[in-house]
Amino acid sequence: MIIRSKKASDISSSEITPSEIYLGRRRFIRDAGLGLATLALGGAALPNEITAQSQEIPPRFRNLKSELGEELNSYRDITTYNNFYEFGTDKRDPSRNSDEFEPQPWTISIEGHVNKPGNYELDDILAPVTMEDRIYRLRCVEAWSMVIPWYGFPLAELIKRVEPTGNAKFVRFETVYRPEQMPYQKTGVLPWPYVEGLRIDEAMHPLTTLVTGIYGTELPNQNGAPLRLIIPWKYGFKGIKSIVKIEFVEEMPTNTWKMANSFEYGFYSNVNPEVSHPRWSQARERRLPSLFKSHETLMFNGYAEEVSHLYAGMDLHRWK
Amino acid sequence: MAMPRKFLTFTPGWTFTAGSKLHSTIGSNIVIQKHQILVCKIAIWIAALSPGSWLVAGLFLGWLGPNPIETLTHITGMTTLVLLLVTLSITPLRRITGWNGAIRLRRPLGLFAFFYALIHFNIWFVFDQVFNWRWMVEDIIERPYITVGFSAFIILIPLALTSTKGWMRRLGVRWTKIHRGIYLAATLGVIHYYWLVKADVRLPLLLAFFLSLLLVYRVPGWLKKRRRTIARPQGSDIT
Repeated sequence: MIIRSKKASDISSSEITPSEIYLGRRRFIRDAGLGLATLALGGAALPNEITAQSQEIPPRFRNLKSELGEELNSYRDITTYNNFYEFGTDKRDPSRNSDEFEPQPWTISIEGHVNKPGNYELDDILAPVTMEDRIYRLRCVEAWSMVIPWYGFPLAELIKRVEPTGNAKFVRFETVYRPEQMPYQKTGVLPWPYVEGLRIDEAMHPLTTLVTGIYGTELPNQNGAPLRLIIPWKYGFKGIKSIVKIEFVEEMPTNTWKMANSFEYGFYSNVNPEVSHPRWSQARERRLPSLFKSHETLMFNGYAEEVSHLYAGMDLHRWK
Repeated sequence: MAMPRKFLTFTPGWTFTAGSKLHSTIGSNIVIQKHQILVCKIAIWIAALSPGSWLVAGLFLGWLGPNPIETLTHITGMTTLVLLLVTLSITPLRRITGWNGAIRLRRPLGLFAFFYALIHFNIWFVFDQVFNWRWMVEDIIERPYITVGFSAFIILIPLALTSTKGWMRRLGVRWTKIHRGIYLAATLGVIHYYWLVKADVRLPLLLAFFLSLLLVYRVPGWLKKRRRTIARPQGSDIT
């Protein structure tokens, strides 16, 4: 299993490592400078990007590698290179345009074929679960990838608590719609709000994770605060961000990218080196920060052993 | 190469800052024209080299982000397209303002466009295709946006090679015909851009809009020339 799980108790408070080790010296100097400037201004609110950077990264991440011996991407890479079209279509836009976004307080509406529907406070959802670090490869449909230490818990735990009925064949997720805080929701770049979906067995799979953090620290706005989904064997866009609605439905939901372009994007969107995107090959990827697009893409992003049984008998060229 | 020049009957305000008394003699006009062209050329060099310098500096100072190749590819591609459009606006500029000296800005602009296209292509070949000819050929054949982008690049090569005065002289009328390839190259370039974006097509559409303005502007001239050519077969001039 490519799940690395650590308990919060593993952190010894005596060995908290200063963030400059993770952030890189230049970044640290910049942040320190900004911090001083802020002090001079009498402690005006820091932009989200900076406060997130200033969070202390727990020492358990030192020299940590994924099960395949892959280096983790830096906190900075993970938080400044994002596809989150609600905040802009350039990779840097989310980290620049998400300062106004307010991830607290947060309520999630659980609807559809469940015995316990209702509006759940995020704190109540998180109270009984055990959070764990999960180092997954993130493979974007654009053929780049990163290795990211997410912090979260299995979606299955939440699903079990709300007791889906026999009619719940699929799970439909929705991102918050707040055009005043998410500037690109005022444009027609994509149909808003963003929608994603999973088959119920995909949703119940132990690799499917609800994420609230990275590097053991709070999820920054640009990464989908306060709660997002990660399905490591699927292309990154399946990992819907800033979730406000989880609906249990009978019919296969139409996800946003499929809605925008059904010729290019499907419902399943499993990482598959043999099935090209109509416009580019998926056989190789650029494992950032590498400059070369020379990393071979693995079937189901390397999680074939864990998930291929979900698709037994399915023609994956057809079910994209 | 001061050719005998007719007195300019129409000169726009912005090309002459000191007012109408400068128009008094033909001689001073030519001097000022030379001066203007030099200033414009310097401006072109500075403007055209700035995206490249920004990229090189960013590469070393780390401000191109976690995926510098993507940034390099996008910016060199974008710069190529913008420079192609600017190159194509020289003829309308010349016609509208009557400032014939503008023609001398066309070669440096076109060559800078090619310069960025060349870098753009090489980044793709080295970092995306990792020097693998087989992958490259596959992509060119199988991916329409790459097919059109690559074609645009190929079309630009002979244009760049024959941009010198020597080749202009040697090729004569054929030079003009060959260099009409820029219309096709620019069109394919914009299609290449339009086809590669995922959802936000606003910028490609903006470029397509400007390109169509520049092409539509030429249509009446082409029609007129066609009529003239039918009457008098050898006629041809640079558009």
